[in-house]
Amino acid sequence: MRIDCPYCGLRSIEEFTVRGELPKKRPAADAGIPAYVDYQYHDKNPRGRNIEFWQHTGGCRAWLMVERDTITHEIFSVTDVREAS
Amino acid sequence: MPQIFRNASGGQIDRSKLLRFTFDGKDYTGYRGDTLASALLANGRRLVARSFKYHRPRGIISAGVEEPNALVELRTGARREPNTRATTVELFDGLEASSQNRWPSLKFDILSANQIVAPFLSAGFYYKTFKWPPSFWEPVYEKIIRRAAGLGRVAERADPDTYEKANAHCDLLVIGSGPAGLAAALTAARAGARVIIADEGSRFGGALLSERVAIDDKNGDAWTDAAIAELESMPQVRMFARTTVFGRYDAGTYGLIERVADHFPEPPAHTPRQILWRVFAKRSILAAGAIERPIVFGDNDRPGVMMAGAARAYANRYAVQAGKKVVVCGNSDDVARTVSDLGAVGAKVVAVVDTRADAHTADVGRPIYRNSVVRRALGGQYVQAAEIGEVGSGISTENVECDAIVVSGGWSPNINVATHLGQRPTYNPEVVGFTMPEKLGEMTVAGAANGVYDTAGCLQAGERAATVALSALGMTPKDAVVARDIDEGPHGNLEAFFHVTGAEGKCFVDFQNDVTDKDLKLAVKEGYDSAEHAKRYTTFGMATDQGKTGSLNGAAILADALNATIADVGVTTARPPYTPVALGAWGGHAVGAEFMPTRRTPMHAWHEEHGAVFVEAGLWYRPAYYLRSGEKDWLEASDREVLATRGSVGICDVSTLGKIDVQGSDAGVFLNKLYINGWTKLPVGKARYGLMLREDGMVMDDGTTSRLAEDHYIMTTTTANAAGVMAHMEYCHQVIWPELDVQYVSVTEQWAQMAIAGPKSRDVLSRIVDDFDISNEAFPFMGAAELTILGGMPARLFRISFSGELAYELAVPADYGIEAWKGVMAAGAPYQITPYGLEALGAMRIEKGHAAGQELDGRTTADDLGLGGMMSKAKDFVGKTLSGRPGLVDPMRPKMVGLRPTDTTQRVNAGAHLLPHGAEKVIANDQGWISSAAHSPVLDSWIGLGFVKNGRNRLGERLLAVDFVRGREYEVELVSPHMVDPKGEKLHA
Repeated sequence: MRIDCPYCGLRSIEEFTVRGELPKKRPAADAGIPAYVDYQYHDKNPRGRNIEFWQHTGGCRAWLMVERDTITHEIFSVTDVREAS
Repeated sequence: MPQIFRNASGGQIDRSKLLRFTFDGKDYTGYRGDTLASALLANGRRLVARSFKYHRPRGIISAGVEEPNALVELRTGARREPNTRATTVELFDGLEASSQNRWPSLKFDILSANQIVAPFLSAGFYYKTFKWPPSFWEPVYEKIIRRAAGLGRVAERADPDTYEKANAHCDLLVIGSGPAGLAAALTAARAGARVIIADEGSRFGGALLSERVAIDDKNGDAWTDAAIAELESMPQVRMFARTTVFGRYDAGTYGLIERVADHFPEPPAHTPRQILWRVFAKRSILAAGAIERPIVFGDNDRPGVMMAGAARAYANRYAVQAGKKVVVCGNSDDVARTVSDLGAVGAKVVAVVDTRADAHTADVGRPIYRNSVVRRALGGQYVQAAEIGEVGSGISTENVECDAIVVSGGWSPNINVATHLGQRPTYNPEVVGFTMPEKLGEMTVAGAANGVYDTAGCLQAGERAATVALSALGMTPKDAVVARDIDEGPHGNLEAFFHVTGAEGKCFVDFQNDVTDKDLKLAVKEGYDSAEHAKRYTTFGMATDQGKTGSLNGAAILADALNATIADVGVTTARPPYTPVALGAWGGHAVGAEFMPTRRTPMHAWHEEHGAVFVEAGLWYRPAYYLRSGEKDWLEASDREVLATRGSVGICDVSTLGKIDVQGSDAGVFLNKLYINGWTKLPVGKARYGLMLREDGMVMDDGTTSRLAEDHYIMTTTTANAAGVMAHMEYCHQVIWPELDVQYVSVTEQWAQMAIAGPKSRDVLSRIVDDFDISNEAFPFMGAAELTILGGMPARLFRISFSGELAYELAVPADYGIEAWKGVMAAGAPYQITPYGLEALGAMRIEKGHAAGQELDGRTTADDLGLGGMMSKAKDFVGKTLSGRPGLVDPMRPKMVGLRPTDTTQRVNAGAHLLPHGAEKVIANDQGWISSAAHSPVLDSWIGLGFVKNGRNRLGERLLAVDFVRGREYEVELVSPHMVDPKGEKLHA
């Protein structure tokens, strides 16, 4: 598997570290325990297309949003999280 | 022994290069160009192995990687390699091979008595037999099975050879170099594409090397040689011989193993044994050919039974006769081709047996049995006769004396690598085999791998596949591969035939795992009616050959038993690697000391010179203790180092601590988010201990962070977590709080750092600082400053302490590290300054009750460590909300306490569990555990830190430490973790 880093280009998988599924936005400080439990633990874990967090740890260190098919590993898009609105 | 089965002329062997080799200690000869298998056959050596389960005599049945029988041990000593296929081993002078899985000898194998008890070794034998009683499994059953069912023996010494890993990129990867592969490579390369062509064989050409084919008035060799020469002349082409494409991975990634030096007795100097390639290909063409399948008949595993294509390969390529008197059996026009090729090397075909009623092979001029099949091979350690009968009759009508039975049930497309990404093949009745769908991502399957078996068709298929690939690459084909006049033997007109019914003897479907037709039928009878279930129950297709020869026959037999079609049954899933890949190749250079990178501090050489014994801390090497002459062990050294430090002054290399430089107008705000305590109000020139949590509320890391300027902090992390903390900061900043104006960078390796601890530490430092007031008043506990030392050397000084002593940490740019260290040592000489290692550092931090890695194990909260009071109520921080979960604020959670043995001569070990006296030693009665232990020379006792339920309210209580691992029990008393200088008076002195 290779990821097309927006800064470094197409790079091999071992340069990246996966964190997991793109979570919802971090809840407000006073959102309470249930909101944080949902944020921390509840993933959709879909079969097929999913958006995940990957960090280019062995490269530019950017955290990336990678849209990927969990069955075929096909990658549809790679975006720096800071660019994503 | 002369090569009595070798024809005097012909073949692609070099008769001027005589090679000597041994098999089971017996001397033989062969020629350059031979495989071990062809050389053994040339010498008339039929019996080469014993089978896996029944220990039946086995011979060579194939001429390629699919070989299930002829697995041998190659070489001796440290290079001994088990389970190598004799059919793929290139012969070299001095080769030593031996048979395996036999005792005491190949000819007389005691365990072949397994055949007599064969009724008990049927499908599911292991599952049915060895499950009761459970206590017998490890001591009895496993040992018996391992002796009886083992394959070869691995070398018992370290592999002396080197292996490499490499990457390559191309537009088109062509897998296989038969007519389809060569045509594809030529077409693509002529259009300018960057091509990699790989073939597992020692020479390119595939089937063109083993069949008699004339292309454009040339014989197969000449056309092939010209094609190879043209490919070699083009700079955009890379050619990999002796290279197997063993795996297909996502997005056009392929795994290749290049056997660089396997064909030498040992690798030449500076040459790796093998290279593991990772190839990134925009397109690929699988032209891996086809694998011939046997016909399943009685005792079809007798040495002398051989695949027809293999017999032709041995005849045409190696000038070796499969036998002197041969019975040829088949179900297609390949029969005629086989008869002709065998005749050309002087083998006498004594009978032709064809399953087709209208066989067109009348012109072969031998006794021909139509609508007939070999029902059983007769003989013991080799074939002596073939029992022949009419198809479907259930009886044998004639025995024909022979020394070889050459058999073909047709060819099965070799789609293995195409299926690795999970695409399923479908049964193609026209091909009588499983083929891949056309839509396969970047891959196209061409030639025999796609069920095309004539040379002209393969050339066209290769060209067509390359055209498809070029079009996808945005390129156009230039010159066609014109080869239109092809003369080859008869082929095709196949009539499906898999299995002789009602035959006597054992009918093997999977030779390598000794699975018979009866086993498959039994599996169905017992309810294992899917191919995947039957496979696991019978172990059919699960040997190292992954059922390359037997899978379609197995599917046909299962279909019969299930009253279903082969399409319904399907084939089992093939997975990488296509053929076994040595673990050494996966390791590459990452073995021994090179397994991981090594990190050394700037003062490493000094430590070495002064008797340091190192311990690995992550990738770092740190002094564990400095052994002086006369000291008997680490404990004596550590105790001396502790007493010297607490008594006067010690120095410790702490360069490995993670150091992160944090700058920006929001630096303090950012630290507020990361740590549970506050940072914006920390004055410039001050240090503070910080604790950070994960979002789930558990402690992640701790360390001291100092404020050097309004917008500049220097943060330290534990050695182990430095990289993780950095990634965590990047996540928090980039993902959660991107609006913060903050920058941070790891400076761990840019700074050398040393702790100078002990009552005389200020006296020592006062001698090396330049114009800096180091008095207690001017630079009190938790002071932080930038200064110069030793006459202008830039430095940072922090008055912080892990040992509990009056102590400082001094940081200098890494390149000054050794000079600064020596400067401190010189200044400390009057005070007998003593370097101390991790053991002493650990002992002192345990005496003081400071948590470290053993306590920060990812399961502890701030309050568990007694640091809950640090959590700010005024601000948000990572982990704040979830650390308030009921389970994490339960007062009955295990809390950190100090532990002292009531008998001070008792050693304390980490890992022991704590139980009430008299309680049954079960987990339900568990009160906690010991996390750290050390010998305290100050207290003259072993001491520990541990976690005990509600421990802070149980000080003074005595519990039993139970250490099942070491088989020890001793009593400990729960005490405050601050076991030395509990009021911290030394710290502030």
